[in-house]
Amino acid sequence: MANMVKIKIKRQKDQRSEPYWEEFQVDYQPNMNVITLLQEIQRNPVTTDGRKTTPVSWDCSCLEEVCGACTMVINGEAQQACSALVDKFEQPIILEPMRKFPIIHDLVVNRQRMFDALKKVKAWIPIDGTYDLGPGPRQASADQEEMYLYSRCMTCGCCVDSCPQYTPDSEFVGPSALGQVFLFNQNPTGKFNKDERLNAIMGIGGIQDCGNAQNCVRVCPKEIPLTTGIAKLNGATLSQAVKNLLKK
Amino acid sequence: MAQPKFLVVGGGLAGLMTVIKLAEAGHHVDIFSVVPCKRSHSVCAQGGINGAVNTKGEGDSPDIHFYDTVKGGDFLAHQPFCKDMCYKAPAVVYLMDRMGVTFNRTPEGLLDFRRFGGTLYNRTAFAGATTGQQLLYALDEQVRRFEVDGLVKKYENLEYLGMVKDDNGVCRGIVTTNLDTLEIESYKGDAVILATGGPGLVFGRSTNSMINTGSAASSAYQQGVKYANGEFVQIHPTAIPGYDKLRLMSESARGEGGRIWVPRKKGDERAPGDIPESERYYFLEEKYPRFGNLVPRDIAAQEIYDICVNQESGISGGNMVYLDLTHIPREELDRKLAGIMEIYEKFAGDDPRDIAMKIFPAVHYSMGGLWVDYEKTPDGLLDPKSPLNHMTNIPGFFAVGEVDYQYHGANRLGANSLLSCLTGGLVAGPAMVEYCNNLKGSADDVSSQLFESEEKKWQERFEAIKSMDGDENPYKLHQEMGELMIRNCTIVRNNKDLSDTVDSLNDYTERWKKCDSLDTGKARNHSVLFINQLWNMIELAKVVAKGALLRDECRGSHLKPDCKLDQPKDVKSPEYEAFLKTWKELNKKWLKTTIAQWVEDGPKISYEEVDTSLIEPVPRRYD
Repeated sequence: MANMVKIKIKRQKDQRSEPYWEEFQVDYQPNMNVITLLQEIQRNPVTTDGRKTTPVSWDCSCLEEVCGACTMVINGEAQQACSALVDKFEQPIILEPMRKFPIIHDLVVNRQRMFDALKKVKAWIPIDGTYDLGPGPRQASADQEEMYLYSRCMTCGCCVDSCPQYTPDSEFVGPSALGQVFLFNQNPTGKFNKDERLNAIMGIGGIQDCGNAQNCVRVCPKEIPLTTGIAKLNGATLSQAVKNLLKK
Repeated sequence: MAQPKFLVVGGGLAGLMTVIKLAEAGHHVDIFSVVPCKRSHSVCAQGGINGAVNTKGEGDSPDIHFYDTVKGGDFLAHQPFCKDMCYKAPAVVYLMDRMGVTFNRTPEGLLDFRRFGGTLYNRTAFAGATTGQQLLYALDEQVRRFEVDGLVKKYENLEYLGMVKDDNGVCRGIVTTNLDTLEIESYKGDAVILATGGPGLVFGRSTNSMINTGSAASSAYQQGVKYANGEFVQIHPTAIPGYDKLRLMSESARGEGGRIWVPRKKGDERAPGDIPESERYYFLEEKYPRFGNLVPRDIAAQEIYDICVNQESGISGGNMVYLDLTHIPREELDRKLAGIMEIYEKFAGDDPRDIAMKIFPAVHYSMGGLWVDYEKTPDGLLDPKSPLNHMTNIPGFFAVGEVDYQYHGANRLGANSLLSCLTGGLVAGPAMVEYCNNLKGSADDVSSQLFESEEKKWQERFEAIKSMDGDENPYKLHQEMGELMIRNCTIVRNNKDLSDTVDSLNDYTERWKKCDSLDTGKARNHSVLFINQLWNMIELAKVVAKGALLRDECRGSHLKPDCKLDQPKDVKSPEYEAFLKTWKELNKKWLKTTIAQWVEDGPKISYEEVDTSLIEPVPRRYD
C-alpha cells in the first residue's frame, strides 16, 4: 500500500482501566497534521489488522495552536497535535496521553491542576471595577513586548510534562504559573501586588521546587523565555524574603 | 427575591464579561463551559478590537464608527444596539488595558491603533495578532479572581443540552451533560444566558474551533427561541485551506499594508517573487480605489471568488490568490503580526515574510443567531435599565456574543466581534439582574419534579443514541453535510441549489437516525456527544438554507446573482435614479430581519422590521 501513515496509539478506556496499544493506517495527504489522522480514524475506526474499534478520544478546539487543548505526547515529546505536521515525524507516529495528569479517556487528561496553580499564584490584576476609569498607565513598547511573550501562555502543559520536578505527587506549580507571576509583576498596575504573588511562590510547591533542568523553555510551543522569567523571579523572591524578615 | 440564581452558559468573551458584571454587583454566578474557559473560541480572534479613540488625529468618533458599522452591515443591524456598542467601545478598550492586556503601544506609550476593513480610520487596538487570546485571558483572570472570592462557580467540560421551562413558558434552569462522565444534571436558574458562540461546524470546515457546533443555540431554537437572520454567514476573505480546518489569516495583514493579487497572465507558473509589479493584478485596489484591500469582508470574499471561479484567474488556475506582505520590513511584521506569521509558517510551511501567502475565503462568523429584545429611551438609544435587553422571546432566557444577532446586520466589520462580545456582556449582565428584580417567584419555588422529568428526558435521549447501531458513521455524515453547505450556502447562492439543499437536509435527518454510536462507554465518549450535536447542526443548517432560499435579493454576505441589482457609477445619471427607485422598493420588502421558528417539518420563516431610526439606509459603495 503506497503512502499510508502508520500510527500507534496508547489507549485507555477510563481512569481506572489498564492502558493498551492500537495501530492504525491512514492515507497520506500532503501537509496533513496529527489531528487529520485522528479525524480519519473517527470516520473509519478500524485498526491496521482490520478490527473494528472505538474512535480515539482526544481534546481539541482551535486547531491553530492558540487554545492549548490538543496537547499530547507525540513520538516522546508533549506538543499540540494541530501543529504537528505528519511530514516532520518518523513513523509509526506514536501518540500517548500527557504523562503528569490523570487520564480521562485515551488521549484526554485532566489538567485542572494547572488552572488551580493560577489561583494559587494570584495571576490577575485586581482592577477597581468595569466602569469607565479611562486608560491604564502608559507603557514603553519595549516593556509591552517583553510582557507579550509571557502573555501568550496557553496553559497547554508542554512545560510541566517535560519538567522532572513536576510529578503527580509533587506540589510544584510548574513553569507556566511562574511565568504568569513574572508577567503580572512586570505590569505597571500588577506591580502593586507583587509581594502577594512572590509570597505565594515562596512556600511549598513554589519556585524552590524548580530544579533548573531547562526543559520547559525548550519545549514551549510559544517560545516563552520561561527560564529567564524564573531566574528573575528567583532574585525577586530573595529580596522579598529579606523584606519579609525586616517587616517582622 | 432573596438570592437570584444566575446561570451563564459559555466561557468566551461574552460569557465571561456577563459573569464579571454579575459578580461585580455582588451576585453569585454559575458558569458552564464545554472547555476550560481559557480555551474558548475567542482565542482565535487575531487582528484587534475597534474603538474610536482617535489617537491618530484623524477626527474619528463613535458616530463615524457607528455609521461604518451600520453601512458595513448593509443596514440590517438594529441601530440602537449598534450605537450603544460603538459608544461604549473606547471605554471597553481602556478597561481591557487596565486588566493588563498587552496591547501594542505608540512611541509615547499610548495604545496603538491600526486600520481594518470597511473604514478609513485607524480604529483597531491590537495585541500583536493574538488580540482575542489576550482579551480572553484578561477576562478569564478576572473571573478566576471572583472564583477564589467564592462569587463564581465554574463548571467546565459540561455541555448545555436544553432549558427547563415551567408551565407558563418561563425559563427556570438548564440541563447539562458532563463530557467526562456523560452524567446528566439539571441546574435551577432564575436568569439564564447563552453565550455559546457561532455555528461554524454546520459548514464542516471553517475558521471556527471544533467546539463551535451551534448545538446549544439550535437546541434553544428547537425549544421555541426565535432564530434571526440565520442565512447571513460571514465568509472571511483570507484563510489557509486545510483538511481539518480552514485557518484564519487575519484582516490585520491587510490593515498593516498586505496586498491581494493574482498574476495578470492566467496560469502564470512563476514564483510570486519573480512576477514583476506590472504583471500583477491587484484587483481590489483597482476596483475600489478608496478602500482598496480594506473593503468589507463580504465584498472582498465575493471579489476573490469571482477572480478564481468565474474568471479562472486564481493561482495556477486554482482556488487561491496571493496575500502579499513581503514588501513590509520583517521587524515590523514580527512586532505587529507575529501570531499570524507563525500560523502560516507552521501550517503552510513557507515564511510569509519572504514569500506571498496563498489564501482563499472560508466560513468565519454568523451574523445571525438567537433573537433578542431591547427597549429604547425616548432619544432612540438603548435603555440601560431595561430587563428586556438581550432577552430572547422566552422570559428569563438571554443570549449574548456571536450566538445573538442584532449588532452586525448582513455583514460584520472586522474587529467588531470582540467588541460586541464585550459590550454585549456589559449590557446583558445588568439586564439579567433587572429581570430578576421584577420576577415573581423564584426557580427554587418550582417543583423539583419538573427538573427531574427534564433530566429523565435527556437521559433517555442519550441512552437511545448509545444504542444506535446503524451503518452511518456520524463523522462522515457531518463531513458530507459540511461539503453540501459550503457548496450551496456560502459566497454565491442560487435558488435551485438552495432548494436542493433544503431537500438534502431533510434526508440527512433520516440518515441521522441510522447512525452508529461507535462507542458505548461513559468516559469522554465523543461520538455519542457528537451524534447529539449533529442532530442540532442539521436543524440549524435548515435555518440557513431556507432563509437563504426565501431571501430573493442581495444584501451583505447574501449574494444571489439572479437577484443582483447593479449600481450605476454616476450618481447623477438617470440610470442611477431608476436604480435608486428599484432599490427602495426592494428595501421595503427585504430590509427585514428573517425569523425562523422551529416546527416539525422544517423552519417556519417570517420577517420583522429592523430599527433604522438613527441612520437612513443608502446603497453601499466603497469605490
